[in-house]
Amino acid sequence: MTDQSQTTSSKTISKRSLFQSLDLDTRLLGMIGAFLFIALGFHMITGYRNAGFGLGMLTEGTFLTPRNIFTLTIQTASVAIMATGMVFIIVMRHIDLSVGALLATCSAIMAMTQTAYLPQLVGLPLGHPMIPWIAIIAGLVTGAVIGGAQGWLVGYQVIPAFIVTLGGLLIWRNVGWFLTAGQTIGPLDPTFQLFGGINGTLGAFWSWVVGIIAAGAAALLMILNRRTRASHGFPVKPMTAEAIIIAASVAAILGFVAILNAYALPERVVQRDFAAWGCEVAEGCTASYGLPISVLLLLAVAVVMTVVARRTRLGRYIFAAGGNPEATELSGVNTRLLTVKVFAIMGVLCAIAAIVASSRQTYHTNDIGTLDELRVIAAAVIGGTALSGGIGTIYGAIIGALIMQSLQSGMAMVNVDAPYQNIVVGAVLVFAVWVDIQYRKRAGLK
Amino acid sequence: MTDIRTPLVEMRNISIAFGGVQAVDDVSITLYPGEVVGLLGHNGAGKSTLIKILSGAYRMDSGEIRVNGQHVSITSPRDARDQNIETIYQTLALADNLDAASNLFLGRELTTRLGFVDDGRMEAETRKIMARLNPNFHKLKEPVSALSGGQRQSVAIARAVYFNAKILIMDEPTAALGVHETAMVAELIHELKKQGLGIFFISHDTREMMELCDRVAVMKNGQMVGTERVEDVTEDDILSMIIMGKNPKAA
Repeated sequence: MTDQSQTTSSKTISKRSLFQSLDLDTRLLGMIGAFLFIALGFHMITGYRNAGFGLGMLTEGTFLTPRNIFTLTIQTASVAIMATGMVFIIVMRHIDLSVGALLATCSAIMAMTQTAYLPQLVGLPLGHPMIPWIAIIAGLVTGAVIGGAQGWLVGYQVIPAFIVTLGGLLIWRNVGWFLTAGQTIGPLDPTFQLFGGINGTLGAFWSWVVGIIAAGAAALLMILNRRTRASHGFPVKPMTAEAIIIAASVAAILGFVAILNAYALPERVVQRDFAAWGCEVAEGCTASYGLPISVLLLLAVAVVMTVVARRTRLGRYIFAAGGNPEATELSGVNTRLLTVKVFAIMGVLCAIAAIVASSRQTYHTNDIGTLDELRVIAAAVIGGTALSGGIGTIYGAIIGALIMQSLQSGMAMVNVDAPYQNIVVGAVLVFAVWVDIQYRKRAGLK
Repeated sequence: MTDIRTPLVEMRNISIAFGGVQAVDDVSITLYPGEVVGLLGHNGAGKSTLIKILSGAYRMDSGEIRVNGQHVSITSPRDARDQNIETIYQTLALADNLDAASNLFLGRELTTRLGFVDDGRMEAETRKIMARLNPNFHKLKEPVSALSGGQRQSVAIARAVYFNAKILIMDEPTAALGVHETAMVAELIHELKKQGLGIFFISHDTREMMELCDRVAVMKNGQMVGTERVEDVTEDDILSMIIMGKNPKAA
């Protein structure tokens, strides 16, 4: 009797319980929903302007096109890379106001290293294959040292992070100025420029290769995770639910690659040098940009930072210290050294963002990264990082950066005046945090 | 006082001052295996400070700590843990945003061969020890902020018990608990005693002390008023030691 009722009930799994069994992260869904809402909104507004009311609003929109999505991703990369580090900082109840300025100093160091220091002081000729790599290492070391030094002031000297990094904002902005005498430095090394977005993309074939490897790895990880849980005798999701999630993830990854691959180079650019694109004749030769290297870099940063946050002791201590600093200290964790490490990570990420930002504009400019500190903090906060500490996710910060950038470029596309743009972004920031607080209350979280 | 065994812990002539205030002044105390020693006194009498020296949270200005007769140097919580000294703090010392397993293993995470934290194994171990300590405990995946006071306390106790503590320090472990949960803690203390642990127990509740402890030590103004076996004193004696700062038996 009981057997029978069990089989019937398992056969008639309603749609609702299947959805529940997916056990999805509602917050992640909410953020993706918000992003899609914004994107679709701008798409339909641009479509309405191009084709009037009707189906044309969808077909003639210019926001959700491969070209615009490509542009969005490369515009977001630099801020998103820094936002992943800001998550750690804010989770530990600190703040870093110096990231934009630190980006400028790292960018200045790298630009000067490749155009002035190495060619003039060391004697490496311009265009030497080692130049970009030495410059990048110099930038990363600069970021790590400056970040670590700020972390030492916060952790060991107990100066509030707000003050240390407010000072840092003024100092590093102007150290960058001093190093370059306020000049625009460039053009940067051609290899270095590959990290800038449109100047360095994988092309269709290699984009597919990366996409397929990523999709395979994602599926494999989810299956392995399920096995581990099962081997400990923990509850696991039903097989169908697991399969749906894996299929959705694989589809999302490959769909993203397909969209970027759909953005083709202008015909004339391809035909000018058709052999380089693997064509024998110029006619009918097409090539697509594919995955930008800067976006690949962002994804790599995201994966590494997520692994650090969830799978390493360092990450565990960062979150523990954000939740209860005294308890973490009493558990034998050196929270002062932890602070130094977190700020050093932030510094390295500023340097990586500096590579992306300066190579995207192919020059180092004096105002590079101006106001980025606010964008980065806003991205982390929109992405659900709580300023009270202990709570935040890497993916949230990246989606937060994407939402900010979408708003900004979407409003520019529909010709919203600059002051209104900033008013909207400001309001959205406050609104997003309010929604998050309400969500936490409902969910019974703190 | 004529115990010929080696004490598990011997704190000799301990002193510590904070900015001119002598929080602990030349205090000595011993703890034997299988014994529960209660520490009593007003707020600010120096009980918690004394105990935090043993757990590595504070560094004493002068004095000596011996564990199993051996001189040891305890300058950090990690040193204390290396001597199998575990502490359950008054303030629980849990990271509210993490789940029970992460809290239990905080600072001592189990790792895989690649050096990553092994959440699966930690969760499995947590399930095991919780089944023993508090069979009603099921919220393993939720942040401990979602737990009741008793459940949080059992996480804190599990943490001390799991790592094979030899010396357990309990700083008002029942202060935030209901009747049923207090009884649970009492039962646990009896069990741990049988296993030969030594326990320092801090509480304001004299009756609870009389029931659970073998000896009580009373502190006042940073000084040790006296240490007595519970059989030899009445609750009134203890109260007068706490209030007057005098040992009625010595008089």
